[in-house]
Amino acid sequence: MRPVEQAVRESFGRLVAILASRGRDLAAAEDALADAVLAALERWPADGVPERPEAWLVAVARRRLVDRVRRSKADATLERSLSILAELLIDEPTDGAAFPDERLRLLFVCAHPAIEETIRAPLMLQAVLGLDAARIAAAFLVPAATMGQRLVRAKAKIRDAGIPFAIPEARELPERVESVLEAIYAAFGSGWDDVSGGSETSGSLAEEAIWLGRVLTRLMPGEAEPLGLLALMLHSEARRPARRDSAGRYVPFSEQETGLWQRAMIAEAEATLARAAALQRPGRFQIEAAIQSAQAGARLTGEPGPEVIALLHEALWIRAPRIGVAVARAVAVADARGAEAGLALLDELPGGPVAAYQPYHAARAEMLARIGRAEEAFAAYAAAIALTGDSAVRDHLADRQRRLLS
Amino acid sequence: MQYAILFYETDKEFATRDHDAEGAAYWGAWRSYVDEITASGVVRGGAGLLGPETATTIRLADGRKHVQDGPFAAAKEQLAGFFLIEVPDIDAALAWAAKAPCAPIGVEVRPTLSGM
Repeated sequence: MRPVEQAVRESFGRLVAILASRGRDLAAAEDALADAVLAALERWPADGVPERPEAWLVAVARRRLVDRVRRSKADATLERSLSILAELLIDEPTDGAAFPDERLRLLFVCAHPAIEETIRAPLMLQAVLGLDAARIAAAFLVPAATMGQRLVRAKAKIRDAGIPFAIPEARELPERVESVLEAIYAAFGSGWDDVSGGSETSGSLAEEAIWLGRVLTRLMPGEAEPLGLLALMLHSEARRPARRDSAGRYVPFSEQETGLWQRAMIAEAEATLARAAALQRPGRFQIEAAIQSAQAGARLTGEPGPEVIALLHEALWIRAPRIGVAVARAVAVADARGAEAGLALLDELPGGPVAAYQPYHAARAEMLARIGRAEEAFAAYAAAIALTGDSAVRDHLADRQRRLLS
Repeated sequence: MQYAILFYETDKEFATRDHDAEGAAYWGAWRSYVDEITASGVVRGGAGLLGPETATTIRLADGRKHVQDGPFAAAKEQLAGFFLIEVPDIDAALAWAAKAPCAPIGVEVRPTLSGM
């Protein structure tokens, strides 16, 4: 990432958070900041860069917000407009003091339970990192216009429903942090790593999600789970170069060339996970990171063995009993205790939810193939292929399917 | 901000209201909820409602009134009452909603139009 991009990314969310925390109007804050940036582009080359550029931008943006509220005074929301105006006009300390970092509040707003779950990650990417709707839409495989509308709707809900720019109370904090973590992980593109493929396209926001993860760990240094999530994402990202061969073909985890793994990133992941563990508050993301760590270790040094990895999956299943975890657990158990044991776990899963779940069919096909139930394996591969969007993964599965015939 | 918190109940709760034994628990729970929220000073208005069998719905079509026996929409959960409350934000409104005896069924929270 270029330094300018980094600087924009760093300050955009901080300034939006400052501007939005008063009026609770995210869309208006973003518009006002965009106006202020435009004004800066016109003025700074001629007048020189002000001594405190961020304070200059906030001051200009805040004037725009005040103008906007004044213009809207005539409508039915008079009473609310006046109270927002009063809040906006409260002076920020300008005696050289740095702005407080309000991004944590912004993250909690974007992942508020009153906001529809699938739009939380896009909201964060836009509000905190300043990504535009078209870029977010492409990563989430949604038409740009649709993503734009959904973002507008979510911001209207934040404003109209009165979602507070506040750190949740201690009682609610773990649950609310969890929803922030889930949204960051959704931005990262979960589930595409090692189990049986999935879409690589969603990985294109991985760098941005890791950035959000870093922001969160800095804002909540005493919380273990944000560190766990960051470690998980770093582990997964470190293997990206090995996930495709030179011809662009999908390479499953067990066949990846470990020399292509980014060792510095793995080291950072390990250090981050160690910091999390030192806080002695285990959680789902830390276990997931530990699984990634163990899997990497197993490939690199042969330690730990498959039984340890299976046990970690069982620990994860207890904390996060969801379909993706169930399938990953079955795969780990198959590796440790044989394909029959893995198949038995897959067969326990309720048929409805797994019918359209690609990793289930892909995992089942592998296990059936391993124990020579070729006909069933063939059908399971066919089901997995039909559910796979990523053409490289589809080719990989078709190749495995063909091998059954030889 | 001002919010409407809308309480929903099913046939079972509506029937319980007239039941001797279970009715006491039902009314006791609502009584203590209403006392608590009223004492907190957030309430600006509200009412409990008689059951959906007492509802009448009117629709105007081609200038003619079509009056129908029954609630607006046939659903398992029906509006059973509401409060208008004045609180700082949605978290405060949701906290009051979650305390309602009918919270296991579902309570809808909506901001009101201001200036009306």
